[in-house]
Amino acid sequence: MKIYDGGKIFIGIIIFLSVATSPFLFNMGKATAKPDPKLDTPEIQKMKKKQCVEPKEFMRREHMKLLNEWRDSVVREGNMIYIGVGGEVYSMSLQSTCMKCHSNKKKFCDECHKYVAVKPYCWDCHIAPKEN
Amino acid sequence: MDRREFLKLTAITAIATAGGISALEILRDKELEAHEAHTPDTKPLTAKRWAMVVNIRKFKTEDDYKKVMDACRRAHNVPDFGNPKDEIKWIWTDTFEHSFPGQEHKYMPEDLKHMPFLLLCNHCDNPPCVRVCPTKATFKRKDGIVMMDMHRCIGCRFCMAACPFGARSFNWRDPRPFVKEINPEFPTRTKGVVEKCNFCEERLAVGRMPACVEASKGGLIFGDLEDPNSDVRKVLGSHYTIRRKSELGTGPGVYYIV
Repeated sequence: MKIYDGGKIFIGIIIFLSVATSPFLFNMGKATAKPDPKLDTPEIQKMKKKQCVEPKEFMRREHMKLLNEWRDSVVREGNMIYIGVGGEVYSMSLQSTCMKCHSNKKKFCDECHKYVAVKPYCWDCHIAPKEN
Repeated sequence: MDRREFLKLTAITAIATAGGISALEILRDKELEAHEAHTPDTKPLTAKRWAMVVNIRKFKTEDDYKKVMDACRRAHNVPDFGNPKDEIKWIWTDTFEHSFPGQEHKYMPEDLKHMPFLLLCNHCDNPPCVRVCPTKATFKRKDGIVMMDMHRCIGCRFCMAACPFGARSFNWRDPRPFVKEINPEFPTRTKGVVEKCNFCEERLAVGRMPACVEASKGGLIFGDLEDPNSDVRKVLGSHYTIRRKSELGTGPGVYYIV
């Protein structure tokens, strides 16, 4: 079998493959550090029972939906009261309730959001707590 | 077991279950009370129809106006771009002629002619801005407040074209660097949304009067239009008041004693 311009074609294929796979080859074996969100804020340390508004597993998976529900409830229905998992009463507010405990936005929010490359636009308007 | 016995047993089981559930619920309610509350202790202020009366006679010096406008600016992180083209207006001033077009005439009192009038969103009964909003970002609450949901605003500015009072402003630039001192209790806005006065609904929700009303020391009167004993109704019943462009039929909720 004769391939016309075989040399050129094979060189082309090799160049293409090496370029296309280079990001994978370049990063092979180098795992990005796993996100490690921290809960060590003074406000959380003070709590006797360390408990968010819902169980940890739920918050981890569904916090974005919960925040959307809170937003609609407060802005559109004018209802600010949320009953937590154990019957606690919370005021639905990102700035005053969520961030009061989780005052470490960089180590709590950004840590995972950066890892999974999501860019929530909460902080375009809402004011993040002051951090050093 | 015959049919009669079966029916008896079923009825007893049903009654017992129902009783048990309600007992559990009572217990749960008790638990609710026992838990620590994370909410503000104050009760929200509520009304059937919020409205405001501006007694412009109480505003004598420039400082009287400034106090009111600064209180709003601070409460809501209103930016100051230093450029009238980009200005964000929640509560602002204009002349009688511009505020009440058609009502001015050559021989009216000089002081009234040149006096600045405090203007803000009228929170209309029949708000044209709400009607034109394609995303329902602006909507009317049951208590008469015309609200903005910044999460939904797409910046089309139909509402600005619809509002006959010029009460709405568009954020042409990111406002945050232009907010002098940021109030951490309230969000700022972002580039590309429309904003306006919200009758301090966030303060009413925690039992406080609007910031401008608090700062005005009696110049602005705020209350429930449907409550005959409210401050606004008392003032409206004892003074002659006018509204801006009421002939348009939007039903403005801000009244002026001139």
